[in-house]
Amino acid sequence: MTTYRDLLAQTKTEISELDARDAQELGGAAWIDVRELDEWQEGHLPGAVHIPRGFLESRIEAAVPDKEQPVVLYCASAARSAFAAKSLQGLGYENVHSLAGGFTDWKRNGLEIVMPRTLSPEKRTRYSRHLLIPEIGEEGQLKLLDSRVLLIGAGGLGSPAALYLAAAGVGTLGIIDADIVDETNLQRQIVHSLDTLGTPKVDSAKRTINALNPDVEVIGYRERLTSENIDRILDDGWDMILDGADNFPTRYLVNDASVWHDIPVVHGSIYRFEGQVTVFKPKDGPCYRCLFPEPPPPELAPSCSEGGVLGVLPGIVGTLQTNEAIKLAAGIGEPLVGRLLLFDALSTEFNEVRIERNPQCPVCGDHPTITSYIDYVEFCAR
Amino acid sequence: MSVVRIPPVLRSEAGGEREVEAAGANVRELLEDLSARIPALGARVYGEGEIHSFVNVYVDGEDVRTRDGLDTPVRESSTVILLPAMAGGCR
Repeated sequence: MTTYRDLLAQTKTEISELDARDAQELGGAAWIDVRELDEWQEGHLPGAVHIPRGFLESRIEAAVPDKEQPVVLYCASAARSAFAAKSLQGLGYENVHSLAGGFTDWKRNGLEIVMPRTLSPEKRTRYSRHLLIPEIGEEGQLKLLDSRVLLIGAGGLGSPAALYLAAAGVGTLGIIDADIVDETNLQRQIVHSLDTLGTPKVDSAKRTINALNPDVEVIGYRERLTSENIDRILDDGWDMILDGADNFPTRYLVNDASVWHDIPVVHGSIYRFEGQVTVFKPKDGPCYRCLFPEPPPPELAPSCSEGGVLGVLPGIVGTLQTNEAIKLAAGIGEPLVGRLLLFDALSTEFNEVRIERNPQCPVCGDHPTITSYIDYVEFCAR
Repeated sequence: MSVVRIPPVLRSEAGGEREVEAAGANVRELLEDLSARIPALGARVYGEGEIHSFVNVYVDGEDVRTRDGLDTPVRESSTVILLPAMAGGCR
């Protein structure tokens, strides 16, 4: 009859056990903590990923797709991690080790540990569908809760963005908008309602966001963005800008400021049945002026109030922008950097064109010729 | 003939069409042909032997300015996209 002690001793002969020093010398190893959540919350090794023993086989391939990558498993005292190592060998992992002495010896020897930040039970419930996605999980959700997104406009694009960013638990939303809610907005601007007609859009949006998710702090700027106030607003500290502006002067102002402040811009624009989405990430890709060095003449630049827009279109384009914003905040996926996505609602077609950083760009190029804000308001139609 | 996609802000110049056809072995010839067929549309995109600075022209998804400009080759099967900037976010 085999006892637990026999099985453990037998398993340890079939796997590799490394002490802390040898394990630390493995280049590029993935460190996996296989203990339970309450143990993890009391401290873990720096850089470790938490996969409880019971989920190891089902989640390891998402965490460590390359089966040749070294893997160091640890638990409290190297028993669970020994069984875990054997199981990973069975899954084809070629370079798996169990940490001798486990977390207990690591801590006793005075090696560095990390006290994790964790979500409250209420937040674990609210964001449970995010926590179930390996690419987001608790770490990604904490990043979302820490992130700060500045919305240019609480209009057609800003409305769905504000709602989905708030629902996703983006911790701080800045909203710049000087306008008042009117009846013509309600065809598409779903963050506002009949109850808030006649009130400032920043207040109306804040009310809806707070009703959806009180975790979100809303900072309203009830002003029109200008060269005078943009530095002050950006100095409040934003991880990214979601640009839903309705006019070219603001688009160029936001672009130039984002390059100088080194803040990525999730860009969306719409007209009638068509929309465009991209991410301008300073240094990694082009900026708006690489794409369009200067504004078009007024007759080629009608705004939606002149040209009209299908109400659902900003919903589609604004949620595509939000998808990019959430990916940037969580640090996952392939953002739309260097790619301009074109959407046609009439034919239900997506097209994509490549956009590149222009070395001659007047703002982000190698020899910039524009180094201070330009107020296009006087010679460019709204 | 290649397919030229017309952006919404230029559709009134193209008689409301979303796509038109134009012929040419390179972007210059194609835009000259387009300007001859639909002068109002051509004038919005191209003039004095240059593409207007506020319009981008893509051949099969590539910005011609990052390739050979007006000399960029166009095939019969190519799709050409004309793309002026759009500002709208809708307040």
